[in-house]
Amino acid sequence: MIESTELLRQLSQASGVTGYEDEVRQLVQEAWEPLADEIRTDALGNLIAVKRGQGDGPRPTIMLAAHMDEIGLMVSAIDGNFVRFTTVGGVDLRTIVGQEVTVHGTDPLPGIVASRPPHILTAQERSQVIPLEKLFIDVGLPEETLQQRVHVGDLITMRREMISLAGEFVAGKAIDDRAGVVSLTVCLDMLQGMRHTWDVYAVATTQEEIGLRGATVSAYGLAPDISIAVDVGFGKQQGVSDSKIIDMDAGPAIAMGPNVHPKMHERLVATGKQYELKYQTEVIAGRSGTDGWAMQVSREGIPTAVLSIPLRYMHTTVETICTRDIERTGRLMALFIAGLDEAFLGEMGIEKGAGA
Amino acid sequence: MKELIRQLVEAYGPSGHEGQIRALIEEQVAPHVDDVRTDAMGNLIALKRGRPEAGGGGKSVMVAAHMDEIGLVVTYIDEKGFLRFAPTGGVSPMTLVGSRVRFANGASGVIGWEKWMRPEGATSRPDLSELYIDVGATSRDDAPVGVGDAAGFVRPFEDLGQRLIAKSMDNRISCAVAMQALFDLGDSPNDLYFCFTAQEEVGTRGAVTASYGIDPDLGLAVDVTLVGDTPKARPMAVSLGEGPAIKIMDSGMLAHPGVVRWMMETADALGIPYQREVLQGGSTDARSIQLSRAGVPSGCLSIPCRYVHTPSEMVDYGDVQQAVSLLVELLGQEIAL
Amino acid sequence: MILETLSNARGVSGNEAAVRDLILEAVREQIDEHQVDALGNLICLKKARAEGDGQPLRVMVAAHMDEIGLIVTGINSDGSLSFDKVGGIDDRVMLSKQVLVGDNAVPGVIGYAPIHLISPSERLKAPDMSKAVIDIGAANKGAAEGLVNIGDYVTFHATYQQLDNERLRTAKGKAFDDRAGCAVLVELLQSDYPVDLYAAFTAQEEVGLRGAQVAAYRINPDVAIALEGTICDDLPKEKDDDSSPVTQLGQGPAITFMDRSFIADRRLVDLLIRMAQQHDIPYQFKQAVSGGTDAGAMHLAREGVPSVAVAVPSRYIHAPVSLLSLNDFDHTVQLVRAALSALQGGLPS
Repeated sequence: MIESTELLRQLSQASGVTGYEDEVRQLVQEAWEPLADEIRTDALGNLIAVKRGQGDGPRPTIMLAAHMDEIGLMVSAIDGNFVRFTTVGGVDLRTIVGQEVTVHGTDPLPGIVASRPPHILTAQERSQVIPLEKLFIDVGLPEETLQQRVHVGDLITMRREMISLAGEFVAGKAIDDRAGVVSLTVCLDMLQGMRHTWDVYAVATTQEEIGLRGATVSAYGLAPDISIAVDVGFGKQQGVSDSKIIDMDAGPAIAMGPNVHPKMHERLVATGKQYELKYQTEVIAGRSGTDGWAMQVSREGIPTAVLSIPLRYMHTTVETICTRDIERTGRLMALFIAGLDEAFLGEMGIEKGAGA
Repeated sequence: MKELIRQLVEAYGPSGHEGQIRALIEEQVAPHVDDVRTDAMGNLIALKRGRPEAGGGGKSVMVAAHMDEIGLVVTYIDEKGFLRFAPTGGVSPMTLVGSRVRFANGASGVIGWEKWMRPEGATSRPDLSELYIDVGATSRDDAPVGVGDAAGFVRPFEDLGQRLIAKSMDNRISCAVAMQALFDLGDSPNDLYFCFTAQEEVGTRGAVTASYGIDPDLGLAVDVTLVGDTPKARPMAVSLGEGPAIKIMDSGMLAHPGVVRWMMETADALGIPYQREVLQGGSTDARSIQLSRAGVPSGCLSIPCRYVHTPSEMVDYGDVQQAVSLLVELLGQEIAL
Repeated sequence: MILETLSNARGVSGNEAAVRDLILEAVREQIDEHQVDALGNLICLKKARAEGDGQPLRVMVAAHMDEIGLIVTGINSDGSLSFDKVGGIDDRVMLSKQVLVGDNAVPGVIGYAPIHLISPSERLKAPDMSKAVIDIGAANKGAAEGLVNIGDYVTFHATYQQLDNERLRTAKGKAFDDRAGCAVLVELLQSDYPVDLYAAFTAQEEVGLRGAQVAAYRINPDVAIALEGTICDDLPKEKDDDSSPVTQLGQGPAITFMDRSFIADRRLVDLLIRMAQQHDIPYQFKQAVSGGTDAGAMHLAREGVPSVAVAVPSRYIHAPVSLLSLNDFDHTVQLVRAALSALQGGLPS
């Protein structure tokens, strides 16, 4: 058995801003190597693990995707003793003031997102969100040294250790979607002891946060028969309407809606029922915002499912999750895969590749 | 090179209507390449094949410079012969009032604003719906153009010596850079696809199909980028005259780190000054190339440009020449990322 | 009549099976092959029927089966249903409408607070539909759960009816965007052509042209035509307002030169105009750059596909009930039929 909480801690604390996922990829590769028959990295940095099914080929294929990139910041200019920056992905500017960061210059430099004391601000200034143009990072170095050690284009990551809360909840940065990567790992681990006839591509994707870019190209490259995207979903929390959320510690949410093939949804729900796994369902009316949105329309189209692991405070450095939900997600996928047979594609009534 | 630039920037070619500019480019590049074709989207694709004797390990490289320009397209002609229009690409109404435009058939017009010289016009900005093109017609029937016809802006090329001003520096200056690099290049180990792409300004569309067709090992866009060196500009660490920029990120993509490193190391080795570009707002053909098929490592060589998407865009001639030198060196060598 | 059948059918984006079945039944005798893909597109091939030199041109003609609608996101303790919108719907057209929920078409209504209880200033504002619910009359959660499920798709309830039988030959019904296009395509399949006609009845257009994207990749056509029910804004205007109506009812099929999703191939636009003139078919341009069509996805497929869109002008699209002229409908069939016949030997240059 893999130690999934420990793996999540390592992944959460590693740096992997969109487009620069190397450090995370290295860790994922180490975790996946013993679990896969083959492992490779593609042109956009997606990490692809192949676990072959039993029996003679050609075997049908399933792609599982969870993204390993995280939102972050990038140096846009040096201004005197301070660093100006821009966002990579959907960073809420309200959450970063006063945050400790690491500026990845010639060497990693600790820094602080600067804030001005409330005493000297007007009431109006205090009521407004500070715009990007007025935010600076202070690494405590004089201009001359700063110019040598930090350059435009250097990455900035949040400094945050993952902590354990009560009830097997943990909180940290980049749980979105490193938790999904851990669930893929749980799935691969479980499959070691199970018989499955389909080939499994587990993909830790890149560049999800700026437009599902890694999943777009990896799905094209792999051309799987079916696919599942695992991402985090909005967990129940204060201040968010009940109709927009899923429950914490209640298992993965199996999505339905245009992004999901009805047979995929049906089979996942049936798997959950059969093995008495905790799961829930959620409705996504259109764009799911997950890698599944890109995979579904790859090439001639791929029947896709979307699993959401409930998570509170998304896109902050205190993303909170229940580790049991991660385990449940991995287990659901493994059991789903073990139950796949030749007939499943036929059930969906899809003829692959014909017509053109 | 200035004469080449003049010809390109003064040519007509709004997005989707690139026929004239394509013909102009094709005529000049054809003698320097092994093959030239136009695809279904109207991209001009010129291939200069790699020569094995120029070194082993050749890659196929797509160099994309878009040839379309922002413009206007007629949506409606009213009874009195005034033309209403929609923009092709990011046209700001601020730049339009009093501007001259020209259609593919040579018809010219001026842009009027309903609120010009009216009290509310003194305190508000024009909205596209309030603007119209006057082509000198007196009725719907004697208008020299029809619904669906496109207009480009008209401005002469101005040579200030070191600085150059023209309409459509975005992105004809990059077409000029790519063409000059092609003219200057000797044998290369790489298969070089010089793509003069269509419809970039309406969503980097031409590059989508061109890159699918070419299926390159590496993609390199050449395009203009914004600068932070004008009065009260949005802070940005790129200036005119400090060398071409090497893109690290823009709002549509993150350049492949290996491509960025290769470009910077090549510039360092040549002693060409360059600027590191982090652009907030805007993107280039590289974002489409990067996502083609199973993914293509991609980057962008940028020409710093002031007043982008106005009819008077300014670049620095030194930046332009250095961009050519850098591009020649990048494409002429064996590439290892 | 096929338009009536298809307009009355129910098929929100992602749930097009019922519409697909009706179409397949209507065209089965006319086609050589068909398949349903992973997105639920129905792709029919009618092979070229004329003698000609070389390979016949592969022409993809697409019309989307899906309509805008709602989806049930929750069943509340009072038996009411929470919902989300599928596709672009103006909040202001949803109040006090009848809807049908789920595969069993359970009737429901979208209610709102009585006007008496709303302050005068509030009455002037667009309603906030995020708080609105569907009332199916169920007394409580348990009762509702016996009738509907979370994830059920919801359509507006409106019935097709012809309004004028003589001049404009108007008809009202729901989902003319794009069942009008589907019906045109069904009619087109009744004739033979000198090209390989790939009739693609696509899914998920309203949530991002997704069906057409994968269908075009699969078909890899030489030419693509999108058939649409498009915006018609020919309502009365103020006296000196001479702005574009986008299209006008009864003035013939609308040819798109550009919309937000693509720029039409000029050769195809010219071909359509030439055919209209040759066959004395009225036509108009879609006189605005607005909306997107399956052509937006098709023209970017693989190495690019010359594409155009032709539409039946339809008033009140993306609202519960729309209105069109059957004259425009018939003229659209005639125009596209002529164009397909003229594509023998390739795209004119």
